[in-house]
Amino acid sequence: MEFEPRIVGFLCNWCAYSGADLAGTSRIQYPPNIRVIRLMCTGALDPIYVLRAFLEGADGILIAGCHPGDCHYLNGNYKARRRVAILKEILKELGLEEDRVWLRWISASEGQRFADTVKEMVEYLKAKGPSPMKNPIL
Amino acid sequence: MARIGVFVCHCGFNIAGVVDVKRVVEEIKKLPDVAFAADYKYMCSEPGQNLIRQAIKEHKLDGVVVAACSPSMHEVTFRKAAASAGVNPYRTEIANIREQVSWPHQNYPEEATLKAIEVIRTIIEKVRYDESLIPLGIPVIKKALVIGGGIAGLTVALDIANAGYPVILVEKGEELGGKVRRLSGLYINFNAPDGFLEEKIKAVMEHPNVTVLTRSEVKEVGGYVGNFIVKVETPSGEKSFDVGAIVVATGFDLYPLQALGEYGGGRYPDVITALEFERMLKDGLKRPSDGKEVKSVAFVQCAGSRDPQRHRPYCSKICCMYIAKQASLFKQKVPDGQALVFYIDIRSQGKKYEEFVQRAIMDYGVLYIRGKVARVYEEGGRVFVRGVDTLSGRPVEAEVDLAVLANAVVASPGTEELAKRLRVATDAFGFFQEAHPKLRPVESLTAGVFIAGAAQFPKDIPETIAQASGAAAKVLGLFAQRELIQEPTVAYVVEELCSGCGLCIEACPYEARALHPWKGIATVNVALCQGCGACAVVCPNKASRVRNFTPLQYLAMVEEIAR
Repeated sequence: MEFEPRIVGFLCNWCAYSGADLAGTSRIQYPPNIRVIRLMCTGALDPIYVLRAFLEGADGILIAGCHPGDCHYLNGNYKARRRVAILKEILKELGLEEDRVWLRWISASEGQRFADTVKEMVEYLKAKGPSPMKNPIL
Repeated sequence: MARIGVFVCHCGFNIAGVVDVKRVVEEIKKLPDVAFAADYKYMCSEPGQNLIRQAIKEHKLDGVVVAACSPSMHEVTFRKAAASAGVNPYRTEIANIREQVSWPHQNYPEEATLKAIEVIRTIIEKVRYDESLIPLGIPVIKKALVIGGGIAGLTVALDIANAGYPVILVEKGEELGGKVRRLSGLYINFNAPDGFLEEKIKAVMEHPNVTVLTRSEVKEVGGYVGNFIVKVETPSGEKSFDVGAIVVATGFDLYPLQALGEYGGGRYPDVITALEFERMLKDGLKRPSDGKEVKSVAFVQCAGSRDPQRHRPYCSKICCMYIAKQASLFKQKVPDGQALVFYIDIRSQGKKYEEFVQRAIMDYGVLYIRGKVARVYEEGGRVFVRGVDTLSGRPVEAEVDLAVLANAVVASPGTEELAKRLRVATDAFGFFQEAHPKLRPVESLTAGVFIAGAAQFPKDIPETIAQASGAAAKVLGLFAQRELIQEPTVAYVVEELCSGCGLCIEACPYEARALHPWKGIATVNVALCQGCGACAVVCPNKASRVRNFTPLQYLAMVEEIAR
């Protein structure tokens, strides 16, 4: 059986979540590999959630928020950007694969972009294989 | 033990055509804490909502998950339905299995069904830890502050005062009336504005509900919607006012003449701004350089506007009309004189505006030349205006007594500082930023602060008055409420965990966080908090949390779906 990556999507309520809704409303088809958690803002994403998702078995994490300058809460997306940059550094330091964490800006009107991002990510992770963080020895 | 009810909607075939809803219900029923699960054709219909109400009562449910369309569609509907049967609306959540499951995965019924089950399981985890909440009520001080005593500020003040609420009107200058006071006559009937302006000023001055403070400036603004504390510096010392709403009506200024070197701005006395020409139309048409009668005038439109390379990229909007007015007024006063207007396009959208421009051409003999002016210079006491007539393709040079520049309209000085004090945004050119360019043009992004007139962008008098009345209506809408209802999903502090490090204070974009004066722990001003969660992430002890968006909930949800 072909490997089907499991993606956890942390989507901002004001933009990417609505973008994902729009993809559905427009009947744009994308692979069902993503599971969505709605956040009020990407700036409210605690990196711990990402790490926990990896430990629980996620193969990839998509964090999607408002385009720079468009944050509903003024600057939450910039906070997310810095936080994700640091998270990726830490993952790299630990020898884990930082390219499994994707941060993308997807507005409420970008249904196609959301679908394309999921498609792209699924293909990327399929080529990469399952996450080594799955089933860690604890 | 929670008693959660799960209601799976078919949405006709929209969901049930892809997702095996019966199987979903069977799987969900097996989960702990799920006391009831059912599917129905249309959950949002009256019978569907009744099914929810009945199940809540029969099975003593204390939490509800509706698996249906996106929460943006019917979250309110289902929360209301659940509340009417006794489940707190904040313990009613939506599992989005239409927009994010059945519709985008139409060709994968098996995967879609499994995904729907997982989406519901995550939302069950959220509901499990959801608190019962009640919306917050915040009192409103029914008194307004209006900043700026021009035509916009006067209109706002009068509208609010006439509705019965007290208004503080703060004006930086000596007197009320703003730029309109300086105008010689108005399009489209040439009447001087003095009459209606004096009437308006008198009405404001004599109004028992209005306190006018001239030569005064707003120095400090604290608080939040419904409860601002404003410090105003007046000639008789600093005064403090408690107000519920603030309207900014600080007007505009003209792009400095000195910045328009190519037109000889600031270099030649006979190159003046249109606002200076207004005074000349009132007080006599004498050349500034030698006091001689002005017999010929060249008007230069778009002086600094529509020029992204060197000046401002935008259209200043009011110039086409006032130049037509000034040229017509000039010809009324000097019938044998000559009026030339250099223009790029004539923009005359407005009731009877186009006819007014046509009258300037046909009745008053104003000569319109289509072409941007390249250079204005003075030689031998004469002003030369050089450009290209783009209709004939020939270069033109006009020799006149006076050149009048329609300088670009810019934000009034001090806008940036005032915006900072009010915690509202300005745009790339320093005008006040509206909350939405189309849908919320009189509101700022800060709740309780509104914008009127040219402080937002160039506007002529009718537009300014319309927007001012719009802003006043927004203020009155605020004042009509007994108290402001706010979502209770805001931040809170677990006191035992807080170390008082203050990281949350810096992270908060709304200044809703502060240190308690003696407890040494962080506090939340729930009226200012918007529930973004920035403070919760930075808190090293997880003492700062947002209600119903806690780390416990997120981790439970992550565990449910990542596995």
